[in-house]
Amino acid sequence: MSSASQFKSRAAEKAGDLRHRSVIRTALRSYEVVRDKRKAAFQSWESARQAAAETKWEAINHLDEHLVALTSKLEARRTKVHWASNGAQAREIIAQILRDKKARSIIKSKAMTSEEIHLNHALEKEGFSVVESDLGEFIVQLRHEPPYHIVFPSMHLTRGEIKDLFQKELGDAPSDSPEELTMVARRVMRQKYITADVGFTGGNFAIAETGMISITENEGNARLTAALPKTMITLMGIEKVLPRFSDLALFLPMLATAGAGQPMTCYNTMYSGPRQPGECDGPEEWHVVLLDNRRTELLADAEQRDSLHCIRCGACLNVCPIFRNVGGHTYGTTYSGPVGAVITPHLRGLQDWKHLSNASTLCGACTEACPVKIDLHHHLLQNRRNASSSEPAFFEKLAYKIFAIVANEPAFWSLAKKIGWLTQPLQSLVKGTALDPAKAWTKTRDLPPQPLESFKDWWKNRQ
Amino acid sequence: MTVTLFIPCFMDALYPRAGISMVEILERLGHKVVCPEEIACCGQPPFNSGFWEEARTIAAPVLEKLKNAEAVVIGSGSCGAMVKKFYPELFKDTPHAELAKQVAARTWEFSDFLVSKLGVTDLGAKFPHKVTFHDGCHGLRELGIHQQPRALLTNVRGLELVEMTEVSCCGFGGTFAAKFPMISTAMGEVKCAAAAETGAEYIVSSDSSCLMHIQGLLSRQGKPTKTISLAEVLNTR
Amino acid sequence: MKNTETTLSEREKILGRIREALKISAPLPGSHGEVTAHAHASSPASHAREWLPSVGASAAEQFDLFAKNAADLKANFQLFSSREELQTALKNIAADEKWSRIASHDGELSNFASKSLGLPILLTDKGYDVQEMEKCDAGISECDALIAQTGGVVVTNRSAGGRALSVLPPHHIVIARREQLVADLPAAFAMLQQKYAPDYPSMISFITGPSRTGDIERILVLGAHGPKKLTVLCF
Repeated sequence: MSSASQFKSRAAEKAGDLRHRSVIRTALRSYEVVRDKRKAAFQSWESARQAAAETKWEAINHLDEHLVALTSKLEARRTKVHWASNGAQAREIIAQILRDKKARSIIKSKAMTSEEIHLNHALEKEGFSVVESDLGEFIVQLRHEPPYHIVFPSMHLTRGEIKDLFQKELGDAPSDSPEELTMVARRVMRQKYITADVGFTGGNFAIAETGMISITENEGNARLTAALPKTMITLMGIEKVLPRFSDLALFLPMLATAGAGQPMTCYNTMYSGPRQPGECDGPEEWHVVLLDNRRTELLADAEQRDSLHCIRCGACLNVCPIFRNVGGHTYGTTYSGPVGAVITPHLRGLQDWKHLSNASTLCGACTEACPVKIDLHHHLLQNRRNASSSEPAFFEKLAYKIFAIVANEPAFWSLAKKIGWLTQPLQSLVKGTALDPAKAWTKTRDLPPQPLESFKDWWKNRQ
Repeated sequence: MTVTLFIPCFMDALYPRAGISMVEILERLGHKVVCPEEIACCGQPPFNSGFWEEARTIAAPVLEKLKNAEAVVIGSGSCGAMVKKFYPELFKDTPHAELAKQVAARTWEFSDFLVSKLGVTDLGAKFPHKVTFHDGCHGLRELGIHQQPRALLTNVRGLELVEMTEVSCCGFGGTFAAKFPMISTAMGEVKCAAAAETGAEYIVSSDSSCLMHIQGLLSRQGKPTKTISLAEVLNTR
Repeated sequence: MKNTETTLSEREKILGRIREALKISAPLPGSHGEVTAHAHASSPASHAREWLPSVGASAAEQFDLFAKNAADLKANFQLFSSREELQTALKNIAADEKWSRIASHDGELSNFASKSLGLPILLTDKGYDVQEMEKCDAGISECDALIAQTGGVVVTNRSAGGRALSVLPPHHIVIARREQLVADLPAAFAMLQQKYAPDYPSMISFITGPSRTGDIERILVLGAHGPKKLTVLCF
């Protein structure tokens, strides 16, 4: 089954799942309340957005310079920087570090790029033990499913489901209270942090000016991952750069506000190297793996280059009516929601993934929500245009050609309307059956009745 | 002034009363209304599906026909957005580029024309019902239309306007409604539930395409809420 | 030609692709595709102070704001008129929570605070056994700044006894001087740059409240992995 037909059938199933819809709406409702409060606390959210958009423009449009500056500063303090053109290279680089260190256990903090390259699966196949320390990621790891949302991996689960999961997989679930379940995870993780050979993180921002990687989190698991194991590995997309240290003063509160409705995420930590001389703890080695994986192709598309400005806040997912009704797993790919629908055709193939760009009403809620003003919904339209011009669907193109002829010629248009009116009784005979040409509509909706006199008829008659 | 009224394809065929209301309102305000017979569609269906060449085939004659219009008024937010926002994009780097920009500058969506161009908010209308207003997404986000319909509804005698607490796309989206019918339906159900929560008798909108989808769901589900175009409300006396 | 290409490092290949891509410029945001000018001479974010949430002008207002924000975050904040008062308050916390051992580092403020408790202290400065730190009831550290705008604390591994001290023990106590209060995030970043550049500590952390998660039904739970309690004692 193609990814397009998989998407369609999953979407249809999920869209009809009222329980799922209700769980997601409840989760997002609480987010919306705090998000709006936090946005209102800004003296000017709109000015902040514009500045953030321009800062990211500067970062991406001078990406090579910033990456060179970042790398030279990191390397000056003994960080080992690796460059991976694709997922396979990144996986191999990481696996080789683990082999060199004779590592057995890896503690991971959240990194969507590691999902993107299917890292866990590859490492586990080679016999490494990989534990996700972020609570939401830990939960979906136990369920053997991918994260549901780039910021809230377990948004789709109720406390009862998590209790049953912990009972089944950990033998430890005193109740379904979120507090107690979280403490179970805390207990499980404790020794894992302390005894892990390697700590693995992602990166939210990379500061070119000072050679730092900034990691944002609420739980403290990334802080522990970066403090205790002897070796630390950070995987990050090349697009995460910011030019200046002081840019974080804007981006950190904006990420927290848009992403979670918080004034600041609990821990925002900037790392500039492994343990330095005179420091009492921290990893002896820090490896930073910079990942391209077709981001440079997106960069080359100047029209859509700003989609690389994305700070992975998830705000667009939260407001998208498609996401809210079909959920994150339906997309069948790492990045879901509007940003996923924009970039996945670039990162994984236009013809195979254009259906994500098609599955949208172009309502524009995403573009309005984006803290860095990415022109998301227009990019969906551009993807459609690009897909149609490189490989037009024959019948659809033909249908529009015919439509153009009918629309441009008043006599044909008039005839088409008359035929529509005349065939109404026929339509109601076949309504909902296999013979119904409007079946896609009439399965769940009534068609509007077509009046005998159209507007143009009325206009003509009164002249 | 002379107002060139562009009634889009589905309004022409399915919702003529909305168009008729617009004509009557504008004439009552003392303007001459012309409706070019030759143009039926703004070209948005192929445009939204990515078939821009076919969209230009439909839209170029529209531009030519509107070339000398003093003011173009379009009876729909989504078609208004097509002409005003997307025609310049569609015709970029083509011989029609300049004309597209000029026509866009002289084009308004109906409620925006009344309030922003003519400065009129009271049409002497009477519609003693409780209503809620659905903002079509293109009108809302591409054209910034939000305050204008409400300014007009405020002055309709007897009308009580209640806002929905959840604002989201109704799920029509043009060909989306047929290509992804189940998602479209789910989105529509969310919209209908939000409207029902207000207790409104009528859902009013500037976009008959949205109403077509919402009404289709309401009728199929046997719900009592009715739908009506903004123009018809404003023309009720 | 081909030979040179295959001996190019991945770094050169990636940078090469970037440079090739950037030969075509992309429009500046908000310019509606019209302008492809270069960015401002000063950084776009340099006016962030004007757009972020407002902070009062006076120290008193800023302390009030810090206190309010800390309370919202469920962090404990107390302002004292003297070291002695601070020590008393800390002794009370230690007694209430029945501490039997603590972790800390060798700093002027952290010393006067931790040594007054009469408890065994694990000092991190010369290295330490993590399993021993795991047995500690609290971690007492200094900080680089308190931020009024966020109710948060800035620590580095140089000022706060390493990377783990402020995150592993279940209760993190911060000892701060009132002069360490800064108004907002831009001020905090400027201060760090002034204080440390170019030789930054390898870890700088902005801590805003005790550890938390909302991963289960978006219900707030404190102490997910980091400290369940954060107490800021300031004099």
